[in-house]
Amino acid sequence: MLDASVIANDTSFMLSRIQFAANISFHILFPTINIALCWVLLFFKIRFNQTQDDSWLRVYRFWVRIFALTFGIGVVSGITMSFQFGTNWPGYMETVGNIAGPLLGYEVMTAFFLEASFLSIMLFGMDRVSNRVHTIATVLVSFGTTLSAFWILSLNSWMHTPAGFEMIDGVAHVTSWLEVIFNPSMPYRFMHMLLASGLTTAFLISGISAYRLIKGDNKKSVKQALNFSVVLAAVLIPIQIFVGDLHGLNTFKNQPAKIAAMEGVWDTETHVPLLLFALPDEETRENHFEVKVPNMASIILTHDSAGEIQGLNSFVDKHPPVAPVFFSFRIMIGVGVLMLLFSWFATYQYVIKKRYPTWLLKAGVAMTFSGWFATLAGWYVTEIGRQPYLVTGVLSTKDAVTTTPPENIVMSLTLYLVIYSFLLIAYIRTLFVMANRAVILEQSNATLTESGSSIEPQVPLTEEGAK
Amino acid sequence: MTATPIDWLPIVFVGLMGLSFLIYAILDGYDLGVGVLLPLDNQEQRDTMIYSIGPFWDANETWLVMAIGLLLIAFPKAHSIIFQALYLPTALMLAGLILRGVSFDFRTKAPSHDKKKWDLAFKFGSLLATLSQGYMLGRYITSFEDTWLSFGFSALSAICVTAGYCFIGAAWLVMKTEGELQRKAAKWAKYTNVLMAFGIIAVCITNLLIDQQIMDKWLGGIQAILIVPLTFLLGFTFITVHRYLGKVPMENDLGCWLPFLAAILLFILCFCGLGYSFYPYIVPFHLTIFEAASSRESLWFIFVGAAVVLPMIVGYTIFSYKVFWGKTTKLNY
Repeated sequence: MLDASVIANDTSFMLSRIQFAANISFHILFPTINIALCWVLLFFKIRFNQTQDDSWLRVYRFWVRIFALTFGIGVVSGITMSFQFGTNWPGYMETVGNIAGPLLGYEVMTAFFLEASFLSIMLFGMDRVSNRVHTIATVLVSFGTTLSAFWILSLNSWMHTPAGFEMIDGVAHVTSWLEVIFNPSMPYRFMHMLLASGLTTAFLISGISAYRLIKGDNKKSVKQALNFSVVLAAVLIPIQIFVGDLHGLNTFKNQPAKIAAMEGVWDTETHVPLLLFALPDEETRENHFEVKVPNMASIILTHDSAGEIQGLNSFVDKHPPVAPVFFSFRIMIGVGVLMLLFSWFATYQYVIKKRYPTWLLKAGVAMTFSGWFATLAGWYVTEIGRQPYLVTGVLSTKDAVTTTPPENIVMSLTLYLVIYSFLLIAYIRTLFVMANRAVILEQSNATLTESGSSIEPQVPLTEEGAK
Repeated sequence: MTATPIDWLPIVFVGLMGLSFLIYAILDGYDLGVGVLLPLDNQEQRDTMIYSIGPFWDANETWLVMAIGLLLIAFPKAHSIIFQALYLPTALMLAGLILRGVSFDFRTKAPSHDKKKWDLAFKFGSLLATLSQGYMLGRYITSFEDTWLSFGFSALSAICVTAGYCFIGAAWLVMKTEGELQRKAAKWAKYTNVLMAFGIIAVCITNLLIDQQIMDKWLGGIQAILIVPLTFLLGFTFITVHRYLGKVPMENDLGCWLPFLAAILLFILCFCGLGYSFYPYIVPFHLTIFEAASSRESLWFIFVGAAVVLPMIVGYTIFSYKVFWGKTTKLNY
């Protein structure tokens, strides 16, 4: 009897983890775009206000529709998240509810309502309110999305590096809200995520704009969007590498087991090499096929070639599964390097050569969703890297899981997976449908207003108006 | 040491949570109802109906997150018990909410030949959500008992809640639309109004029979007198609305807001009735709000924020409704 219930519980545990991973992986795709896209839209809007150049308004209108679509999916997948705690992870709220609750509450109260209420004015209100109010609405939505990221990352960071609390009878009680909110990893994670959002958006815009250019869409607005996005990416990527490094150092200090898994270090040692590639093997506790740069990991993490790094073997049974963390980390770095190469070369083409070669545009299209890959890989590093804990040192993931029978979770998980795969395909497809539609739809309109004062477009336009 | 006085924070929070659920039921209620009512044979009317809720649904749904959030924050133990007990209906409701939420945006952006499919997803997503919510309410009221009575009651509740949402949705349309669609909406409102009235009677009777404690609360003392004016108020509202709906549209669209206002009143009455029946339990007859409450310092921290932020939320919600005031027109980006 006991055995059966233990097995059922183990199955529920694995299924619940898969379900949570599926939910949050799907959800994060959309806020990752929107946190930055909203500020970018504000930029487009302000450029229009300043220049009264219609092509900025055109960029704005095209991207605000994508923003709306992305926002809608983000909202509904976020609602799903808010139920997961109760349905699958009751032990989480029972143990750290005094901390998680208020942080989530502040997110809803200060951010969600702000975003949701002003979003409709931002989306549909251009003809109903003054231009000024519309711009303010856009500012408030941007501020709301960033604030929302602030609260949720504060809570997430607290789960990695808990601070400002005491345990009384197995329940966490707050001693200092300031220490809870600004816990040790919070500033780094928050910055890292905001920059990730900026990069994801930049590559999305450059990808879709490059696609439109390839399809023969020569409107000024498309080029404006492309130029803007490659410069944005080129500026953000070095900052991201710098902040990512600081975040890594912070993790090294607070969660050494995670770093050991990321670097594939089994034994505590000095002069640790940087592994470019390896196959970590948890059975034999060693790496196969190592490709390494001597001393480099020590130098990066301790700024000293003889620096000591604690190995996984000093955290037996208390370190995360190694391979997923190790590989996710390398995928994130790899995509980051590609982003650097692309954005710098494209910026060079834009600033110096004043034209983009076709192969570069195609590379841009191929990298449309590169931000998603890097962001997901990064989150897998940090979240799998936190295992076996749900809250580092305070609560094991296993101890928080539901007693719901596995059959129920199989059903809900299947339901979510089907819906999410379907929506992901629909989303990507729709973006390109919208791009294609924009190529054709605005063509006639565009030749009139966008070719500028060079020819005589105003003449037919006024005649049309006179009739 | 004196005895600990009754802690007022859990009472404040159960009030806030109840208010959020009520606002959710009213606001998302009308937009869910509009979704369920979408006619499959008329593209133009579907467009207008969806335009009428377009600027609002997102903020409306945020009240669900708020309500669930408050349950989670203030009464984490109750949150765990309730949502483990309602595991599958919760998943179904979420699937419904996801489908309808995304259809909203996809329908205008996807290839045009797919538009009708997204409208279907919108309609049936809404229906799935309303049925699940009604079912969950039924399970909650019957303390999640695994009896046929409880399951049967929950099925009844699923239909009644859906009828209630359709009623408020149709009433919204009477207020926000004109012409043929308005007349159609009045007809929908008339039917669902009757269905909802039967539903409320059925729920009241079952509610009284299901537990002695509730019976005593309503009928076991002087407060039983209250039932008389309450019944009159309910009956008067139902009949007035029913008669008004038969005359829509009146000249100059006189009183087009009346059914919607009546729907709000009915929702408030039903909600208060349920609240009165179960107080102070948060999980019926198992866990009271005092037993389930979070630590004082956490509740206090949230309370301060809520006191500052909630009036602001109400303020800009009103602003947003003012911007989109009046009869529905096409929504342009």
